[in-house]
Amino acid sequence: MADGAIPLEIRGLSKSFGDRRALDGVDLALAPGEILGLLGPNGAGKTTLVRSVAGRVTPDRGTVRVLGFDASDFRARSVRGWVPQEIALYPLLSPRENLWTFGRYQGLTGAALDAGIRSSLDWIGLADRANDKTDKLSGGMKRRLNIAGGTIHGPKVLLLDEPTVGVDPQSRERIYAMIGELKARGVSLVYTTHYMEEAERLCDRVAIIDHGKIIASGTKEELVRATVGARQTVLVETDGPIPGPLGARLSARGAAVDGSRVRLSVADPADEIRTLLELFHAERVPVRDLILKAPTLEQVFLQLTGRELRE
Amino acid sequence: MSLILAVAKNRLMNLRRDRAAFVLAFVLPVAFFTIFAAIFAGSSRAQTRRIPVAIVDEDGSDSSKRLVAGLQAEAGLSVGLKPGDENAPGPFYTAATAEQAVRRGDIPVALVIPKGFGERPIAFGPGEAPVALRILADTSDPIAPQVLNGILQKVAMTSLPGAMARSGMAELEKWSGGLSAEQKARMDAAIGEIDRPHGASDAAPARGPGRSGLVAVETRDVLGQTKRNPTVTFYAAGLGVMFLLFSAAGAGGALIEEAESGTLDRILATRVSMTPLLLGKLVYLAGVGIVQLTLMFVWGAIFFGLELWTHIPGFVVMTLATALACSAFGLMLASVCHSRMQLVALSNLAILLMSALGGSLYPRFLMSEKLQKVGLATLNAWALDGFQKIFWRDQPVWTVWPQAAVLVGLSIVFFLVARRVAERWEAA
Repeated sequence: MADGAIPLEIRGLSKSFGDRRALDGVDLALAPGEILGLLGPNGAGKTTLVRSVAGRVTPDRGTVRVLGFDASDFRARSVRGWVPQEIALYPLLSPRENLWTFGRYQGLTGAALDAGIRSSLDWIGLADRANDKTDKLSGGMKRRLNIAGGTIHGPKVLLLDEPTVGVDPQSRERIYAMIGELKARGVSLVYTTHYMEEAERLCDRVAIIDHGKIIASGTKEELVRATVGARQTVLVETDGPIPGPLGARLSARGAAVDGSRVRLSVADPADEIRTLLELFHAERVPVRDLILKAPTLEQVFLQLTGRELRE
Repeated sequence: MSLILAVAKNRLMNLRRDRAAFVLAFVLPVAFFTIFAAIFAGSSRAQTRRIPVAIVDEDGSDSSKRLVAGLQAEAGLSVGLKPGDENAPGPFYTAATAEQAVRRGDIPVALVIPKGFGERPIAFGPGEAPVALRILADTSDPIAPQVLNGILQKVAMTSLPGAMARSGMAELEKWSGGLSAEQKARMDAAIGEIDRPHGASDAAPARGPGRSGLVAVETRDVLGQTKRNPTVTFYAAGLGVMFLLFSAAGAGGALIEEAESGTLDRILATRVSMTPLLLGKLVYLAGVGIVQLTLMFVWGAIFFGLELWTHIPGFVVMTLATALACSAFGLMLASVCHSRMQLVALSNLAILLMSALGGSLYPRFLMSEKLQKVGLATLNAWALDGFQKIFWRDQPVWTVWPQAAVLVGLSIVFFLVARRVAERWEAA
């Protein structure tokens, strides 16, 4: 590992399977200790990109370097961890035996292996279930063990492929805490998810991939600014249909009126909400509900891809 | 009723999509019927098994020569007078070399015509007994000596009519007070006419009903006479190898499960690459196989009198080679298949076929010559031959080198095929 090497550097990565182009000139970099969220609709190329970094896909063109080593290089395996989307564990083995297996496969032996197993079991909260059969564990426990299987050797770069799929909210919170601990240890993470709120909460930066290309990347604020802008949305709801004169005045200010609902994009919320409420007051139409919404990644994603994230 | 039919149709639709179940349901039974029909009944074009027999003519008399010629003309026998090529110059079998050939398993049975046979080949009445022919048998093939004995009695009837007549006359003279000179001269002329060669048909097998017991025969079991339980060796090795194959194929299926669950992908992203992964699995499978065979033979030794303790070196060599070959075969099957169900169908088909042809289910020496040769394409045949050499023929450990070499060679081939096919699981 070269001193000061970038944890992950992808340049011009392209990969096709038959006629289907899965990746088309992807450029991406990951800073030390950074969590990069990788978002994209199904079939956009996320899995191929993650598998390329994991050394499981050979690129047609371009390079993938993990801490300076080519992704297929044997040395990259020691510094990289991969937590696949599937629960890739041995169901008949215990958590301890599963961890022993993946620890050994990553080259740990003796005291280092024992310590790795012990600390991993504590970390994922399964020390008291260490000797139970894995297929007897709950979904959330298996997910945590799945993560530990990819981190037991202390990787510097970790690929987390939808680690919270099918997990209840309580277990999800626990996994978020584990990811926070990994970040605190200085691990750089690539995190793919279908849950927008996860990406907003956990990721320092987000890259959106569609049709095999990175179509946008940056912090949430940068992405919002570059796409939907800084404007916020005001939603107003009344008890009955909005009368024609009020509707006409609202439309003249750029609002969308639909029955008893009004949607208006605002640049200065305090000023524009006051004006809006004065209009309702003047027409003596009571307001039942008013919501001010900040721009979300969901809006960014929708605007960029034309699709919902879960499509 | 319509719901019952709907359920039935649903199962039919599933069966159409499940190729492995389809093969198990329809192809496997037909395939096995064909194989077993060929082995047990023989197809209409298959030839009946000819029993190889070495003949040692120590007598060299006219009678012994006629007997040998008669036996050579028998369709059921494949007579050898010399080791190796019959037409090449070289020594004829002696009683000792023939016995060695039986011990080695080159032939299942040998016939020794002792000196003096021509003087008293046949005896009818009480008094002087005929000179007995000696059959040296390997009773791991219990059919061969019995068939030879039966054919001998038949050929004696057709090949030695003069001897029979002379023997009858001797009895008549002995008990009737003798013939006149004229009667004796006529009888000698008649016997001479019987003895005179009448062409090739003389030696042809008799077509009429045969009689048994004309010639005296002593059968000696040159191998099994000292064995406590002769057949147990065959079953220990035969069933042991077959179950080793089933077990290896089943355990090799873990590879498919790892591939299906994503665990294989994960493993291959660690420091373990495909070759060490397959080698590790081979070591495990071979280890399990060694324990299985050892268990089987120890069980046989304790409860069925199998002579394991006096054959340890040979057992070790054959067990290692057999376990390795079976394991590599199981690994190859698992690598080729795309699902557990495929593996079940393919392994059942392949293993039962190999076991049937290779002698695990039915001794190869009872099959036709053609099927015996086909059987050599299976690892079962080589493994069984090696175990038979050690436990049945009491041969020294070095004599199993051809079997061990073939099994190790097959292991390498199977492993290389598995490695080649497993490339599909490596980086895309």
